[in-house]
Amino acid sequence: MTEEVVAEILTTHILDLAADGRRLDGRGPDEYRPITTEPGFVSTADGSALIRLGQTRVLAGIKLEPGKPFPDTPNAGVLTTNAELIPLSSPTFEPGPPQPGAIEVSRVVDRAIRAAETIDLTRLCVTPGEKTWVCYVDVHVLEHAGNLIDASLLAAVTALSNATVPAKRFEVASEDYPLDVLHVPIECTFVRLGDTIMVDPTFEEEHAAQGRLTVATDETGRVVAMQKGLVGAFSPDDVKAVARRAFAHGERLRSLVKGGRS
Amino acid sequence: MGNVGAKDVPVLLSPEGLRLDGRRLDELRPIRIEAGTLHQADGSAFVEWGQNKVMAAVYGPREVHPRHLQQNHKAVIQCKYNMAAFAVDERKRPGLDRRSQEISKVIAEAFESVVFAEEFPRTSIDVYIEVLQANAGTRCAGLVAASVALADAGIPMVDLVPAVAVGKVAGQICLDLKKEEDNFGEADLPMALVPQSGRLVLLQMEGHMTEEELGRSLDLGVKGCREIYDRMKAALRERYALTPVAGGAA
Repeated sequence: MTEEVVAEILTTHILDLAADGRRLDGRGPDEYRPITTEPGFVSTADGSALIRLGQTRVLAGIKLEPGKPFPDTPNAGVLTTNAELIPLSSPTFEPGPPQPGAIEVSRVVDRAIRAAETIDLTRLCVTPGEKTWVCYVDVHVLEHAGNLIDASLLAAVTALSNATVPAKRFEVASEDYPLDVLHVPIECTFVRLGDTIMVDPTFEEEHAAQGRLTVATDETGRVVAMQKGLVGAFSPDDVKAVARRAFAHGERLRSLVKGGRS
Repeated sequence: MGNVGAKDVPVLLSPEGLRLDGRRLDELRPIRIEAGTLHQADGSAFVEWGQNKVMAAVYGPREVHPRHLQQNHKAVIQCKYNMAAFAVDERKRPGLDRRSQEISKVIAEAFESVVFAEEFPRTSIDVYIEVLQANAGTRCAGLVAASVALADAGIPMVDLVPAVAVGKVAGQICLDLKKEEDNFGEADLPMALVPQSGRLVLLQMEGHMTEEELGRSLDLGVKGCREIYDRMKAALRERYALTPVAGGAA
């Protein structure tokens, strides 16, 4: 992987600003960049969404195919989440097998979708032990300008919420039907910059960060997944404060998903 | 092609000689080119061409990875054509396959024919093409996007490289095949042109046609490429206009 180059002077400047609770792009510590969602961006997918979070751009596509259930869960469908951090999206990404960064994004997004019971996997089962729907969530990062986790999950759940089960095409049922979304998990990512904890870091802020913390919440008031990343540490009180902020942001971001259904 | 024994063969040409989507034989699908769509890349372009959606980015000239590919007298041009898993009807397994490696190679070679690579020794010019939604002709759409992205990146070149596929559908030579025409037609012939020299820098063919049909196909393809060439130039003019050009680019 090419080294991420962020000038030392910029990192210092970000930390200096953070000491006064300020940020390079003029946002407050608890402010997201502008978000737009474009559901149904890809017509070849069974569900899709293009998300812009500031300059970060993520495309998620859903594909459903009949397959075999896992032997230990004969009554449940199969859900697979995969994130591609393609080299098109950043000067620091190289072609080749997924880097640890891409694997982390995939897994953190997958964990939130799974733990929140976003879709009822038992409803994907066609014949127990024999035939089930396999739901692929493919996340394609088109432009990496920081905070890929939040953008990727938002893209994934928006795509799931406008997905259709292609039952007619695969001759499983006579009509296609919408994929049922039970819960909407939202991930909120924070970084420590000095003594300040900022939401929705840019690429440069992630580089300057002394620790990153992601908290996923659902609409029922549950925390469903967390991930601490990068070098740095958080106190238990920091984590509690971050969780409180994650619930507040989660509620607002969730309305973008709901509104996204076309 | 490739659909021998398929159960439902659609009627590809109407009695009036119009195609599935109502186009004449020598008509392109609607095409929209946006230059400079990405902020991180040195150059980029997004192309919507019929039902195709393709994004291209150019990085470089920059350090060569892996190092052993470095050339002392010129830049290497590395191209990666990739298709998103959800870009086609049957989900495509993510990652490199033989098809995308071949396409990457012929596209890189097309650009090597026009880029002044010797101006940037010991560097790499990396061209990334991502197919987000596919409906036949993605290598041509990718090449067009990448060519605009190279220009957007300020890479010195002989010329832009427009591309289009010509094919044989229901016995007729057609410009710019869509998916059904590609699947059920008799031949597919993608090509890329250097308009300045009138020469082809990418040419592939699959199917069957007579010598006379091949001749007509090449002529039709060149005509199509010149039309696309104008659209590519317009997209770049729009991107670099000091004031918005009235009614789109000239």
